[in-house]
Amino acid sequence: MEVNSAATETHTSSDEFVNKQLKLSIYRYNPEFDKAPYMQDYEIDTVELHGVMLLDVLEALKVHDPSLTFRRSCSEGVCGSDGMNINGQNGLACITSYLDLESRKIVLRPLPGLPVIRDLVVDMSQFYKQYEKAQPYLQNNEPTPEKERLQTIEERKKLDGLYECILCACCTTSCPSFWWNPDLFLGPAALLWAYRFVVDSRDTEKKERLAQLEDPFSLFRCRGIMNCVSVCPKKLNPTKAIGHLRKEVLAKGL
Amino acid sequence: MVGKNLSLTQSGVRDWLIQRITAVILALYLTFIVVFLALHSPLTYTAWSAFFGITAVRIFTCLALLSVVYHTWVGMWTIFTDYLKCPVSRTFFQVATILALLSNLVWGILIIIGR
Ligand code: SF4
Ligand code: SF4
Ligand code: FES
Repeated sequence: MEVNSAATETHTSSDEFVNKQLKLSIYRYNPEFDKAPYMQDYEIDTVELHGVMLLDVLEALKVHDPSLTFRRSCSEGVCGSDGMNINGQNGLACITSYLDLESRKIVLRPLPGLPVIRDLVVDMSQFYKQYEKAQPYLQNNEPTPEKERLQTIEERKKLDGLYECILCACCTTSCPSFWWNPDLFLGPAALLWAYRFVVDSRDTEKKERLAQLEDPFSLFRCRGIMNCVSVCPKKLNPTKAIGHLRKEVLAKGL
Repeated sequence: MVGKNLSLTQSGVRDWLIQRITAVILALYLTFIVVFLALHSPLTYTAWSAFFGITAVRIFTCLALLSVVYHTWVGMWTIFTDYLKCPVSRTFFQVATILALLSNLVWGILIIIGR
């Protein structure tokens, strides 16, 4: 039986999936040896896997082909290291099950829009530069209180859906506005962080933060395509945060 | 790196507002014209000429023309700064767009007041 048809059934009868051949096509590029990137086909028997996630598949493949390179750390969707393009959509390999993928062949590519260092590993410098521009730390110019800066339950609630971002870059690298202007448009992840601090009741630099977003690119290059929302593995909504930011900047400008 | 060259307002807020306001003006103008045409079909030269003789209609038409210029410019500028990476071709297309839009504006205004 094919993986495909098995995948449509429920996950309850797990032994049904034993002894399936998984077919993959993986982006390979080692700038030291390869003139150009290429796609390499792999096949693996699911009995060799230690789990149903794509990261388990990659780990098993690496046993056979140690040159296959990818990032990983937590293996449970917390660290954000293994963002990659899975069958055309960005996601985390460690929390994407091959059972949930529809296609016969799983196609893995590095995150789009960033330079490839090797195979599935991309250079995240540009992503972090934009994150830095969002000044992702609390700024408060009032005298430091003796104990702590308290928030009401309502004030704290405003940070929900923002602070959970794990900086996997799945959203930003799926955003066309970022592809075309990665140096000028902050991208959904950095903008989500910008809003996380703009809306924090303990931060006193709201005005300055908003002033940095007034130009035609940093914030306003978002065209509301919402790719960011559909790929975020933490189910966050950067477009909504961007909408709030836009409102704040508009209100300040008027 | 894409410069901020030739950005009309240098401000994302203003561009954003201009795009929305001009869009509303254009939507209203379009509805206005379509309703007029629907009420006056078959259209005669006298009705058309009398309609554009009304000062308010002329002002509204000028506003709509200006809106077309601004709206198109913001949109085209966005497209150029997204897709054209070569500064020479970007500048060429931007200048060409500005010239085309301004020519159309002047031409349109000439038609409206020159009748
Ligand atoms: S909504 Fe904005 S930030 Fe999100 S993918 Fe679209 S353009 Fe990018
Ligand atoms: S918003 Fe979501 S997709 Fe974007 S970096 Fe954060 S966790 Fe990843
Ligand atoms: S390995 Fe940490 S998020 Fe996937």
